[in-house]
Amino acid sequence: MEELKTTCLNAHHRELGAKMSPFAGFDMPIEYEGIEAEHNAVRRHSGVFDVSHMGEVRIEGEDATAFVNHIFTNDVTLLEDGQIAYGMLTNDEGGVVDDLLVYRVSDSEYFLVINAANIKKDEDWILEQMNKFDAEDLSVSLESECWSEVAVQGPEAEAQLQKIFPDIDLKALGFYHFYELEVQGKDEDGEDVFFPMVISRTGYTGEDGFEVYADEPVIIELWQQLLENGVTPCGLGCRDTLRFEAGLPLYGDELADDITPLEAGLGMFVKLDKNFVGRDRLAAQKAEGLKRKVVGLEVDGMAIPRHGYEVLDPATEEVIGHITTGYRSITLGKNLAMAMVDAAHAPLSSEVLVRVRRKVFPAKVIKKRFYTPNYKK
Amino acid sequence: MNTYYLPSHEYARVEGNIAYIGISEYAAKQLGNVVYVDLPEADTDIEAGEDFGAIESVKAASDLFSPVSGAIVEVNEQLLDNPKLVSEDPVTNWIIKVEMSNPDELNNLLTPEAYAELCAKEQH
Repeated sequence: MEELKTTCLNAHHRELGAKMSPFAGFDMPIEYEGIEAEHNAVRRHSGVFDVSHMGEVRIEGEDATAFVNHIFTNDVTLLEDGQIAYGMLTNDEGGVVDDLLVYRVSDSEYFLVINAANIKKDEDWILEQMNKFDAEDLSVSLESECWSEVAVQGPEAEAQLQKIFPDIDLKALGFYHFYELEVQGKDEDGEDVFFPMVISRTGYTGEDGFEVYADEPVIIELWQQLLENGVTPCGLGCRDTLRFEAGLPLYGDELADDITPLEAGLGMFVKLDKNFVGRDRLAAQKAEGLKRKVVGLEVDGMAIPRHGYEVLDPATEEVIGHITTGYRSITLGKNLAMAMVDAAHAPLSSEVLVRVRRKVFPAKVIKKRFYTPNYKK
Repeated sequence: MNTYYLPSHEYARVEGNIAYIGISEYAAKQLGNVVYVDLPEADTDIEAGEDFGAIESVKAASDLFSPVSGAIVEVNEQLLDNPKLVSEDPVTNWIIKVEMSNPDELNNLLTPEAYAELCAKEQH
């Protein structure tokens, strides 16, 4: 097995007594005090996550806009500079290579933030597409090793971050917008230097919040200050329970190379009126109608649906799908799941069964946005 | 009263012909807050090594295996409404009570010393 990578905050996690686990090749904190306490801290106050494992790719040049729009399902020509779009890289069959954020710095510069588990795959994919793309001025920089990142999330995130960066107007930063800045800090030799930093009003929790990208010394300093000010350190455990309640997909659960964004219910991030890799297959799928779809389920009974469990037709008990993510929701107290099911069983209020080990439990299709996000729009 | 363990962290606390089956303190600590215990029906037979239910934290479900064969004479129904009891005191809060059909099987299980060694290794 390859040796696990560590983030710049690894020693800090261990010092806090975090439960550590391998995730996407990184040694990452799963929880500190406990998933429930951390989850509730983000819903009610504020929490900070080390997400330095995320990958970054920069695309530059006169042809950058055309190229990004060629590989990305969303339309970056609709963005203003300083704005961000969520969307997917799709393969020739319309399956999802990865889901990602695209930061538009200018019409000749884009910053892509990709999933840790897919860094190598995405880099190879983007470079392969670049080689096939007829461009005169285009460059791709693989920057995953260059950036550390924390996410500060929760209703008090803005106030907490504002305390640390009094000169940055966070209030004016809109949802899915970002600032590129320079912050003063100390380098390894203790010399004053300026570090580049990106702050965006984005996140993966269903709460207002920010994601901050910078060099290691800046991120370490920021982490320490946030904790000193009472922001709760949060692990990947509650990152998953939070995103799940907000109905946000996780690559590997709701998304995969053989799942299309339409099947995952992400059609609003797919602009079929422009051309991109996989576009024709997606347009055809839309025209033909979906054969399967990711839905929300509420299970009646105490049993907790988990990833991989079977979903059954209540009349025949035939398998009609499987659970992609499931939890006893911490915020809502219900047993909820996202599931990939045959289209015939996907309409809201459809009754299905979920097999949990030896027993089956009735469940009902509901909206998969179980928790209404509190974004600042 | 003797306690024996499976490598999958279930204990059998033996009193006469009865074995109280639960999860070890080490396992409870690893799991964190227990949110659900999937209990079997009482008055059913079970084989050593067979799974009889599951214990769930927020994050994951873990199957429960029986260290001994016999008849499940009682399940701890308190855990239905209050699964956290297992997190708080897994030793007092056993999960099932089994009337053993073959007490010789206890010789196949880990002693407290051997189990402690296993846990120490897992932590590294």
